[in-house]
Amino acid sequence: MANATDTTPDQISAPAPVRLKISKEDWIMRGILAAIGLYLLVAIVLPLYALLSKGFQDKDGNFTGLDNFQEFFTTPALSQSVANSLTIASISTVIVVSLAFVYAYALTRSCMRFKSLFKGIALIPILMPSLLPAISLIFMFGKQGFLTFLLFGHEIYGPIGIVMGEVIYIFPHVLMIILIAMSMSDGRLYEASESLGASKMRTFFTVTLPGIRYGLVSAGFVAFTLIITDFGVPKVVGGQYNVLATDVYKQVVGRQDFEMGAVVSLVLLVPAVIAFAADRIIQRKQVAILTARAVPYAPQPSPTFDAIMTAFCVLIGTVIVGILGVALFASLVKFWPYNLSLTLANYDFSLRDGGGWDSYFNSIKMASWTAVIGTCVIFIGAWLVEKSKGFLVGRAAMQFLAMMPMAVPGLSLGLAYIFFFNHPDNPLGFLYHTLPILVICTITHFYTVSHLSAITALKQIDAEFESVSASLKVPFFKTFWRVTVPVCVPAILDISMYLFVNAMTTVSAVVFLYSPDTALASVAVLNMDDAGEQASAAAMGMMIVITAGGARLLHAFLTRGLAIRTQAWRKR
Amino acid sequence: MTGKDAYLKVENLTKKFGDFVALKDISLEVFEGEFVCFLGPSGCGKTTLLRAIAGLDIQSYGSVEQAGQDISGLPPSERDFGIVFQSYALFPNLTVKKNVAYGLENRKTPKADVDARVAELLQSVDLTDQGDKYPAQLSGGQQQRVALSRALATKPGLLLLDEPLSALDAKVRVRLRHEIKQLQLKLGITTIMVTHDQEEALTMADRIVVMNEGVIEQVGSPEDIYRRPANPFVADFVGTMNFLAGTAANQGRARLGGIDLATTNSLDDVKKGGAVTICIRPEDVTTRGVTPDTANAVPTVVDTLEFLGSFYRATLRAQGADGIVIRADFSINLIRDLNITEGQEFTIALPGEHIRVYGETFAHAEDVI
Repeated sequence: MANATDTTPDQISAPAPVRLKISKEDWIMRGILAAIGLYLLVAIVLPLYALLSKGFQDKDGNFTGLDNFQEFFTTPALSQSVANSLTIASISTVIVVSLAFVYAYALTRSCMRFKSLFKGIALIPILMPSLLPAISLIFMFGKQGFLTFLLFGHEIYGPIGIVMGEVIYIFPHVLMIILIAMSMSDGRLYEASESLGASKMRTFFTVTLPGIRYGLVSAGFVAFTLIITDFGVPKVVGGQYNVLATDVYKQVVGRQDFEMGAVVSLVLLVPAVIAFAADRIIQRKQVAILTARAVPYAPQPSPTFDAIMTAFCVLIGTVIVGILGVALFASLVKFWPYNLSLTLANYDFSLRDGGGWDSYFNSIKMASWTAVIGTCVIFIGAWLVEKSKGFLVGRAAMQFLAMMPMAVPGLSLGLAYIFFFNHPDNPLGFLYHTLPILVICTITHFYTVSHLSAITALKQIDAEFESVSASLKVPFFKTFWRVTVPVCVPAILDISMYLFVNAMTTVSAVVFLYSPDTALASVAVLNMDDAGEQASAAAMGMMIVITAGGARLLHAFLTRGLAIRTQAWRKR
Repeated sequence: MTGKDAYLKVENLTKKFGDFVALKDISLEVFEGEFVCFLGPSGCGKTTLLRAIAGLDIQSYGSVEQAGQDISGLPPSERDFGIVFQSYALFPNLTVKKNVAYGLENRKTPKADVDARVAELLQSVDLTDQGDKYPAQLSGGQQQRVALSRALATKPGLLLLDEPLSALDAKVRVRLRHEIKQLQLKLGITTIMVTHDQEEALTMADRIVVMNEGVIEQVGSPEDIYRRPANPFVADFVGTMNFLAGTAANQGRARLGGIDLATTNSLDDVKKGGAVTICIRPEDVTTRGVTPDTANAVPTVVDTLEFLGSFYRATLRAQGADGIVIRADFSINLIRDLNITEGQEFTIALPGEHIRVYGETFAHAEDVI
């Protein structure tokens, strides 16, 4: 009857490790993973390497060590930019985080009315290229501005303008991070605090702030990185005040000094990488504050507090709507501020620099391709990282590659593409100056955030779908298509919307890569502004806002329709 | 069962996660049509063993053989099993019918045959009228049965159940335990179920594999495991047990304090006077007709009586054996008939055939506290 036995130690023969037979399906999955990895290698690692080596070369391609950097730091005109960039980024970060914190506090902790309207208004700047709020600022505060008196003799061109523009441009990004942190609070902690007799102030400092401290720090880092790497605002409103981002552009486009451009963009890489690394560390610490039993916080009405919060939100909302309204109005009048009769002449781009209406349609084409191809590549890549079996080295490498683009400012990426794809020996050189390279560059530029959203969505679905399918002998791609994709459609729509809107508004990376045939709307805004055609620049900017806004509305419409159609099986 | 070849043969299986050894040299045989439970506390390696058998997390060393074929290194898709997970892993966007048909549709089976098979499976788990609903619209018990139907649809040779009942309410669990067992008997499918619930294992399994810290502690029928636990761990993990510190005496006898006890299991390997653990289950302690002259009689004082619904659990302090406390289960009738109250002195007997003596010291967790 001894049909099951424990083997005694002396019966053990020298064990040989079991070798897993790798099925055909596993090979296919690894193949796809390797292909996407190869894409990222070509799209981010090799260009960065090219950028890096350029920074250590002279004009003839000889290795010169740190000579270029020495030149950079000993030329006051250049090194001053470092100080300027840090100053601007620090001041703007403090202001924008403070404002966004109060705004988020109003949205989550007060009982004021019209919360969704205020939230919607706050997100408007996401739809703009960063050039547009700066152009609006000039209409408002410039030499012929109607609000110039508010500056009490100071000039909008320079640090004041840059800080104002950046705060408006970055506001929605920072607000969203803080909102997420705020919405993760546990109402039971507030009840406990209240029942122990703590004052409102004490509760704020002992419950509210500790609960969102990681969110606030993370928001600070994101703001700092976005500001220091932003190029649109200082380009338009910076005047003589040089910052790193505009220096890269000036060195490359103005002086054709690619080596110094590489050096400046490498310097720009440093704060971005540090902020990125710090943010990752903080993100890792912020796990599972919210247990499954947490109760959402429900604010109590308080007339005075709610009124103060409403007033604050109205103030911020007015500024944002004002920025958009001024841009719209300026684009519709004959000659600001002298002839305010309405006209559509500014929308006739054929007479202006920047590629005319073609640039707008190029942008739509580029953004659509970015959204479609980018979503497929990024979602499949994330799925393979998250759900495939074995091949740990490959999956870890892929995860690392997917995180890299986040740490690279758009300007550095664009410049790196010039060095890599324009190199005479590069067999991929045929891509240079084409629409595909703009698509590749934009997908890569916005890869990380999309990848992380996909990973988050995939983590929320049952970990055993793939195991069940394997036991039922159903090939992996069938389960991917029939189950994983339908379950993740909301996330997939989010990612494609994110890619589309960013592809419409981005300037920094593509500004080095377009050709006369592939001019883009956002670049046209830049060039028209450069040429003094501010009204047309505002008009093209409005076209971008309208298009991106339309994409957002379509996305909201699709998401709602989907939620209704699938409510039978989605538990929410 | 001798003479029969094992359907599933696990040999010298070891699983390491880095430096941590989750399974240590496990060998096990499972016969065709058998229902085997892997029972043990969390972290004992039972799920790891199941996943190794399925090929989901392959073992570091050792072999697995199924139906005479070496499947040690095969990926799950090339093995022959159906599986039900604790989470059920039902596809949320597919109806019950589509879920059950999922593995069938891929085999070029004619649609009519698929429909017939799905209908048959849903009927066998009593879900015929739920076929067009989505998993989220079903109760936990219904979801569990859908998962079971899906796993059985392709007629696998081996059914693996990973804690399939632990997410359910107590009452549903008791009913489903019976239903699963009936279905398994009807289909005659070889089944392995992982559970940490001893009652589940005792009521469902043909054989139980008790595991702890990556090794098998005992393999046997539910009766074996309960009546003749191989060691104090099994005795403690399954059911309630008195662990009494004693010493070995002559010829199958043990001493409990000053009391001499006759036992039926010999203690050949323990020297006379060596420390032993004397075990008896509370329900095996006898009182009716016990006199001081009865074999293995122990004079006691009733310390506490704890009311547990259908019976009382008495804590008895042995007289003449300092600090020895024996728990005994007394029926309501017995308490009434003998008029037992707290503080009362009376004599119990520890029948020799129900005593298990282990040649090692062991303290039940509660007694340590």
